Parts: sequence; structure tokens; C-alpha cells
Amino acid sequence: MSVFNQSRKNVIRLIFIGMFLVIIIRLFTLQVITSKYKILADDQGIFRKVIYPDRGIVFDRKQRPILQNTIIYDLMVVPGKIKGTDTATLCNILQIDTAEFRKRIITAIIKNKSYRPSVFEALLSEEKMAKLNEHMFRLAPGYYLQERPVRDYPYDAGGNILGYLSEVDSNFLKQHKDEGYLIGDYAGKAGLEKTYEKVLMGQRGIEFWKRDNKNRLTDRYEKGSFDTIAIAGQNMYTSLDIELQEFGEKLMENKVGAVVAIDPSTGGILAMVSSPTYKPRLLTGSERRKHYAKLLLDPSLPLINRTVNAYYSPGSTFKTLQGLIGLQEGVITPTTTFSCGGAFYGCGKPMRCLDPGVWALKGAITHSCNTYFANVMQRVINNPKYPNLDSSLNQWARYMYAFGLGYKLGVDVPSEKSGLIPTPKTYNKIYGDGHWNFCTFRSVSIGQGEVLATPIQVANEMAYLANKGWYRIPHIVDSIEGGDTYGLLDKFREKHTAVNIHDSIFEAVHDGMQGVMESGTGRYAKVAGIVICGKTGTVENAYNGVKQKDHAFFAAFAPREKPRIAIAVICENAGFGSTSAAPIASLMIEKYLNDSISGKERKAKAEAISKMNLIPPRIYREMRTQDSLMHSKDTAYLLAKGYIKIVSDSIGGDSEDEKDIMENLKKEKQKKPLPQKDSNITKPFAILPDERQKPADKDTAAINQ
Amino acid sequence: MLQGNPSISKGKDWVLIWLYATIVLFGLVCIFSVEFKSNDDFFRSLFQFKKNYSKQFLYFGICIILATFILLTDSKFFTATPNILYIFGIVLMLSTFVIGKNVNGSKSWIPLGFMNLQPVELCKIFTALALAKYLARNDTDFTKPRSQLIAAGISFLPILFSVLQNETGLALVYFSFLLPMYREGLPPGYLIFGASLGILLVVTLLFPPTSLIIALSVIAALTIYFSKRKLKRNKGLLIIIVGLWLIASLFVGVAVPFLFKHVFQKYQADRIFSLVGRDNPFIDEKTTALRDAEPETKKDKADKENYNVKQSKIAIGSGGVLGKGFLKGTQTQGDFVPEQHTDFIFTSVGENFGFVGSTLLMILYFGMMLRMVFIAERQRSTFSRVYAYSVVGILFFHVTINICMTIGLAPVIGITLPLMSYGGSSLLTFTIMLFILIKLDADRQMVLR
Repeated sequence: MSVFNQSRKNVIRLIFIGMFLVIIIRLFTLQVITSKYKILADDQGIFRKVIYPDRGIVFDRKQRPILQNTIIYDLMVVPGKIKGTDTATLCNILQIDTAEFRKRIITAIIKNKSYRPSVFEALLSEEKMAKLNEHMFRLAPGYYLQERPVRDYPYDAGGNILGYLSEVDSNFLKQHKDEGYLIGDYAGKAGLEKTYEKVLMGQRGIEFWKRDNKNRLTDRYEKGSFDTIAIAGQNMYTSLDIELQEFGEKLMENKVGAVVAIDPSTGGILAMVSSPTYKPRLLTGSERRKHYAKLLLDPSLPLINRTVNAYYSPGSTFKTLQGLIGLQEGVITPTTTFSCGGAFYGCGKPMRCLDPGVWALKGAITHSCNTYFANVMQRVINNPKYPNLDSSLNQWARYMYAFGLGYKLGVDVPSEKSGLIPTPKTYNKIYGDGHWNFCTFRSVSIGQGEVLATPIQVANEMAYLANKGWYRIPHIVDSIEGGDTYGLLDKFREKHTAVNIHDSIFEAVHDGMQGVMESGTGRYAKVAGIVICGKTGTVENAYNGVKQKDHAFFAAFAPREKPRIAIAVICENAGFGSTSAAPIASLMIEKYLNDSISGKERKAKAEAISKMNLIPPRIYREMRTQDSLMHSKDTAYLLAKGYIKIVSDSIGGDSEDEKDIMENLKKEKQKKPLPQKDSNITKPFAILPDERQKPADKDTAAINQ
Repeated sequence: MLQGNPSISKGKDWVLIWLYATIVLFGLVCIFSVEFKSNDDFFRSLFQFKKNYSKQFLYFGICIILATFILLTDSKFFTATPNILYIFGIVLMLSTFVIGKNVNGSKSWIPLGFMNLQPVELCKIFTALALAKYLARNDTDFTKPRSQLIAAGISFLPILFSVLQNETGLALVYFSFLLPMYREGLPPGYLIFGASLGILLVVTLLFPPTSLIIALSVIAALTIYFSKRKLKRNKGLLIIIVGLWLIASLFVGVAVPFLFKHVFQKYQADRIFSLVGRDNPFIDEKTTALRDAEPETKKDKADKENYNVKQSKIAIGSGGVLGKGFLKGTQTQGDFVPEQHTDFIFTSVGENFGFVGSTLLMILYFGMMLRMVFIAERQRSTFSRVYAYSVVGILFFHVTINICMTIGLAPVIGITLPLMSYGGSSLLTFTIMLFILIKLDADRQMVLR
């Protein structure tokens, strides 16, 4: 029994205690001080599963759903479980060959490993789905169908209004940083889907799942106590009449233009047709991207909503407002007459007029007398009440603003344009300070020249006239189920009455407009049993400096007493307003007020108008050019770039999809390079709303009827 | 009170027994938490012995029976048989070369049907007993280098076979017999020498050999220069300094590269180097050339940190102060830590029970060790004391290296956490070792040789 080395036990104890302290200190830094490992652990161990609520449903004024949800299926595959399944049947149904099958399986394995599910084919078409369903039992468990909610348009109408969803891009994510969007999410990109994204989207739920080392979800984290429940999007009730919308779209087939119908008492939009348009179902479901690319590159620009996005000179429809201002300013009375000897000579160079005679206000409106309104505006501008041209023109512009022109109304369809009401500033810019007078812009008096209005502004102007002095901002959504949490609808409740004009003045203008329908230019647009107040317009225009066939305009409201509909119709390059725009408006009015078109004759007329082809030959030319140019990939690329720019400039495009399209074209381009000098086309000859406004020569007399 | 204890409990160290039981049960809980999925039927699987925790439960049952037998055995049995047992152990180890079962790339297991036995584990007991027997001999004078050499031979012989079986990690455990030898009077110089070699080893890992030899030469030259006066009086000192320099240089320039090129497996060498944050420089030139061809970024280097250690640190580090709670650890439930039920069982403690739980477990372990030191010191016989210190040493080595392995302080060399890790071999070995000690301690009044 040795006693020599007794003290060494203390050394040993010290070593133990030292080691103990080292371990404890290390544990303390790992577990208490450092937070890195907690984050790493949560990242790999917990999966935030976003639960997407159903988007809100949109109803029309008769509670018919016009935008709702449906389910499409994705075919999913777990590559590790497909041994022994009948690959041939599957390939047959999906119409793919074995090479493609192998490619997809390999892609799936690379993307998600063989024990996790991957999408084998996304968004199955109905036909494939039906066939697959029969054979599904043979394909299990390697394959299964997974639901995927998508938007559905029961009436397949109103594409431009309702809009569509698309995958969010990086820009969108940047702008909506704190709203919980993730890469791969879908958000409204146009129409109501965009404007009311917040309402329709609902509130996403989050489920926390435990995840294992192979990235499989195993179990709810903490039994779901941290989860948030998804709340479905709110339903919206609109003022649209989907049947009227369908009818309008049918009438506007084969035409370029727009129709807007408003309920004047509420400002609710009844129909909003932009033509050419597209079937909204094209932009949902399996072929979305392909269709989008096609629509985007269409020279007739179907993706643009011309009702808010294109502006035109309003032409003679503008004369009604000129009359109002003249009466209100006291420079004329309803009985003041001007004589028209075939032209307006007030400014030296004559401005032609087609109906010579001596007219008072009513007759002047009925016969759309240019001379009369040139005189009226000359009196307004040269009114001695105002010290100078600046103040009188400003006063005139103030009236126009009060009528809802010259600025964005605030419609709930996105990307509205403001139009233009010229002010002294405008002319100072064009002609230099003070180097202008009434004669410089006399064509404004008849709605040509610098004046620009969107179709919705023209329709709203009719609502203003119908209401005798007030309007509500035109809007599509009337109410939101469960309350308007974001206050989006408040502005639509407000009555706009900027100037106080006496009813008698309106009556005088109404008289003239009624006259248009009875004995004037609109007599072909009469509807039996309904008193319509209308005004035609034939608008001169030029494209790229070349004078084009006139745009046909028609604006009206009906009935005269207790008006229920205000409407504006424009058919681009359709010639006289009375042959296309006016009948379309009358049919729309009849359809809305009587709920149907009565009589064989009227029905036949509707058919005839629908078949009438008024697409400007220019567009056909462009389509042909594009078709031929598309063969040389180089120009196709440049063309595509041009279209995308137009569309994205006006409606704020879908950059992800655009990138796709451009990439595809680029790839093709690389395959077959062509010398670029073969063509000097860098810009497509599309209808550019912006370039159409100004007539080639401003002083050419406008032909107005 | 020489024989015939009236009851089995008499004189037993209950503190140690309770510590033992607590740790084993805690281990069972942890293995359970690793394996249990929320939809498992606990009671059915517990008695089907198909799950790891139920098997471990079975092993625990066997251990209790075995422990009872040990406590009922005459302690003279342990003093009489070590030599035979030691030879038996060596033979067992050798037999694995013939009948060994390959588990995880090491042919060190003997299949017994209901479990696989690892002789190198069992041999620890025999070696401890043999060492105790040798040091307790009347004619052993441990101050003599010859005795020290024999003691070292007894202790380190199993290392040879173990390394040949690719079980370097388990082989290293045998170095823990230095602890009882130190206690019995092994000159600290040896240990300091060993420690210096260890430090030198680490330095060798960190710096290239040539620059190290230069540094060593400079140190030697400086030492000689500053101790000129002493050297004049004592010529022997010069020889010692030059000898040390020579040994160190040989170690750095020849021994370590040899060790990494020929003794360690490539993965072991990589692990050791990854610990000091360097790439393994001792690998074939081909591979080096390949790697040089692609310049590495910092991130690559970080990725190289052993996956096991990274996951282990994440699991432990995410536990926080109080842990996530029993069966609530996401890393444990998600099977992120490889080998979690065996070598990395501590991660489930760290994650589920946090810093508090980990500290408590460490207190249990180190409390157990200190208790064993206390027990060792109260022995009257050298045999019992040496044996006790051997067990403490093995326990200390296992616990320290295993825990340090999981928290990134030691390379992953694949040794278990005593009493907690899943595995019959490990649990049985430690149970037997401990209960022999308890039995010896109970009979401490007897004169044992």
C-alpha cells in the first residue's frame, strides 16, 4: 500500500474539474451565447408551409359569378416509386415519347431527389385529366394527382376588365416587400385582379411543419400551435351586366375600338368592351404562357384595354359640352343663332361644315354644325369678362375638368390614361409664350386638335349630362362582401359637382341631343319606345403622319327622363359614326333597358354588325408583315421587343412572361442568325394610341357630322 | 467480515450505483427520443425488442442480472484470474481476424446472435485487471523503468490489434491507462514528455515540417546559447538538449507524416486536419494535384467541416438554455444528426434539455468520476486502487472525447458515451467494469493482492 503518491489524486481531480469547466464553457457559448445554431436548426428542421386561401369571387349586377375558382390537377411523380408502372399507357395519354418521359423523370430526380414528389405535368387539360383518371389506379403509387386552384371565368367574357393572375416577378416582390409574397406566388397583374388584389387575395395561412434530413415533411410543429389560418379572399359585387358585356363584345367583333356603358345614377360600369379583346380563359390553365405570348405579339394589341388606355379626339361628342359652357358663360342663349354658309370663316382659312343653314343651339347639336361651335368657343375665349386669353382659356379648361375630362378619373380598372384638355400652358409650350389665339386652336371647338379623351371619359361626360350636372367616378366594383376594409370604394360614393349649372341649360343641350336621334346624324340608331339623347362624332386622325379613315364615335344616354344608361362607342377607322358606332350604341341601350333585343329586324341587325369587318387594313398589313418577318428570327426578335414595350408601357406587363418570350426568340435567333441590315424594322406598326391623336395638319378642316 | 455477507447491499457504494442507474435511464430516454415517432405504439414496441430503445432496455435488463452476479461473486475471483482473462481477451481480439463481422468498415465484431460483441471493448476490463494485478505484485517496483515498460506493454498491447482492425478510435482509449500508472508513481516527466509530443503533434498539423524543424533548431541553439555556463559545468545537459532536438525533429519530419500516411485511414486523417481547419497535406500527390487545379473558395473550406460535427453542433446549439423539451427537438426528430443514437447521443440531450440538461449530465458524469477517485483512494489494496483508477481513466477518456467530439473540440474518432450510447457491447463493458469496482470496494477490508 503505497502512500508516496497520495498528492497525485489532487492533480487528477484538478484535471477532471478543468476538463469539466472546458466542456461547460463550450456548451455555454454554443447553447446560450451563439444564436447561429438556432437559426440553422430552424432553417433545416422547420418548414413554413404557406396555405393559400381561395381568392374572392366576382359577381355581376345580377349576382352571377363572372370570376371564380376552379381546380385543375397536376400530375405528380415520385421517381423512387414508379418501378413496374405502365409507362406506355402514361406516355400515350400525355402524348409524349419515351425520350421525353426519361427526360422528365431525370429532371424530377435532379430537382427533388427520387423519394420526393415532383410535378410530372402541370395543369392537365380536361381531356388528359379524364383519360388519366381512368388509369390512375394503375399508375399509383408512383403517380398521383394534385389539386391546384386556378381562376375560372364562367362567361369567358370581360378579359380586359377582370384581368388575370401571373407569377410575381422580382420587381413586384420589391414593391410589396412586407405583404408576404414569395417567389412562385401568383398575383393579379391586370384588371380587377390587380386593382383589388388585396381584397381578393385573402389572408395567407402558415403551417409549420417538421422536416427530416431528407426534406420530407413529417409532422406538425408543436401540434400546429404557431400556425395561422388562411382566410379566404372577399367576394366582390360589380355593376357589370355580364350579358350586356358579352353582347358588346359580340358587336365589337372584327372592329377596333371600345364601348363603355355606365349607369349614370351610380357611376357603376355596366359594360366595358375593348376590341379586339381576348377570351379570359386563355390566360388561365395549362396553356397560359403560350397564349400570353401570342396575345402579346398580336399587332391589334388585344391586351390593351382601350376604354381607359387609349385616347382619341372626342370629335363632335365634345360639342355638347361646348354648348353647356357657352350657355353657362352667357355668351349664347338657347335661341342664339349662327349662320353657316358651308364653312367657318372666322379665322381666315375656312373650316368646313356640311350642313349649311342658320342654327340655334338645338339645331346646331342635331346637325353637328362646326361653324356654330367655333363661334361659341370664340366667344368664350374672347369674352371681355376676362382680362386676357390666358384667363378665359383657363376658365374654359376648368369647366372641362369639372366634366371629368383631362385627368384620370380614378376608375378601378388599372392603367387609366388622363387624356388632355389644353390650357394656356399647353399652347405656350407649342407656340411660345403668347404666340397663339383662338384661331390657333379653333379645331378644339369641335373636339379635334389637342383635346384628347379616353372612351370612359366620354361615357362619363354623357353620365354628367344625363344627371344634369354631376357624376360619380365610374367604377366596376359596387360592394365588397364583409366590408370595404381598405376604403377602396369610398371615392365612388362621392358626387362630383364642380360647377353649378342650371337644369334649363341641360334641357337645352338634351333637346339638341334628342334631335340628333330623331332627325340628325343618329337617326339610324333609334330604339322604338326609348327616348335617347345622343351625339355622333367622326374624328379625323392620322397614323405616322398619314391620314387615316375617320374614327366613328357615338355617345348617348337614355332614357332622357330618369336616365339609366350612358354610353360611348368608338370604332377606329370606321368612317361615319352613324353606320357603326351609333347602331352599336343603340343595340346596347336596347339590350340593357329592355333586357333583350326585340324583333327579327333588330336581331338581324345585331348579327350584321357583329359580322361587319371594320378592322383597318393597316392591321392586316401588319399581321402579314409580321408573319413574313417572323420567319427571319432576327426581325421577329426586334418586333417582339417593340410590342412588349407598347404593352408594358400601357398596362405594366408581366416581366417574367416577357423574359420567357424574349429568351425563346433569342434562342431561335442564335440558331439561325441573319444579317440585320436585311430589314430596318425596329418598331412595329401597331396602333399606338399616343401617336394617333394629332392630325397630320392641324388646320385641315375637320369633317364633322 | 471476510466472507458471507448477510445481504447483497452491505458495504456497496450506493452513490455510485445510483449515479450509474440515473445515467443509464437518462440514456434510455435519449435513445427513445431519437427513435420515437409520434405515431409509434410505445408499449407494443417496447417489448418486441425491435426498436433500438427496446433493445437497449433489454441490454439494461441483462446488465442488472450481470451486475447482481458480479456482486455475488467472491472478489478473490477478480484478483486470481486477470492473467487468464487478459490472455482470453487477446485471443478474442485475434479471433476477429478470422470470424469477425464487418460493421461499418471495421472487422472488429464477433456476432453472438442476439448482439454483436466488440472484443476491444471487453478487453478494456481484462487489461485493467491485468494491469492492477501486475502493479499489485509484491515484487513489482514501479519506480524501475523495467516495471514501467512491462506495465505499458500490458496496457498498450491491445492497441496494436485494434489499429490493425481499423478501430483507431477505440485503440486510443487504452492510453487512459496512463492515469493509474501516473497515480502509482509513473514519473511525471513521461507524461510531460507525452503531452509535449501531443502539443508538437498539433503544431505539426498546423505548420509545414520544414519550417518547424528550423524553428526547433533555433530554439535548441538559443537554449544552448543562454545556458552556456550551466553547460560548462554539466556536459550531460548538452546531450539532453541535442537529444530532445533530434527526437522532436524526427517526430515532426518522419513520425507524424508516417503516422498520417500509413497508420491512420484517410478519413481519420481528414477529420483530424479538419479539426485544426487545414486540408490533409499527407495524401497522394495525384489527389493534391487535382485539388490544386481547382482553386478553393472560402466557402468550400467551410463546407468541408465534417457534416456530422456541423449537424451535431446545430442540434446542441439550438437547444438554448432550457432545451426544446422532450420529443420536441426538431433536429432529433428529423434525423439530422447521423449516428445520433450511438456516438452522438449527447446531441439529443443538448437539443431536448438545453444547457441546463447538458450541465446536469456533465455533473453526473464528473461527479461519478470524482466519486470513483474517492473510492479509489479509500482502497487498502493496490490492486483495487489501480483497478479503480483504470476505470476512472477509461470513463474520463470516453466522456471527454465523446462530448468534445459532439461540440467540435475533438476529432470524430467514433467512441461511445459510456452508459448512454446505444449498443450492448459498450453498456455491458462499462457495467461490468463498474460493478467489479463496486464489489472490490465493498470488500475493501479484505487484503487483496
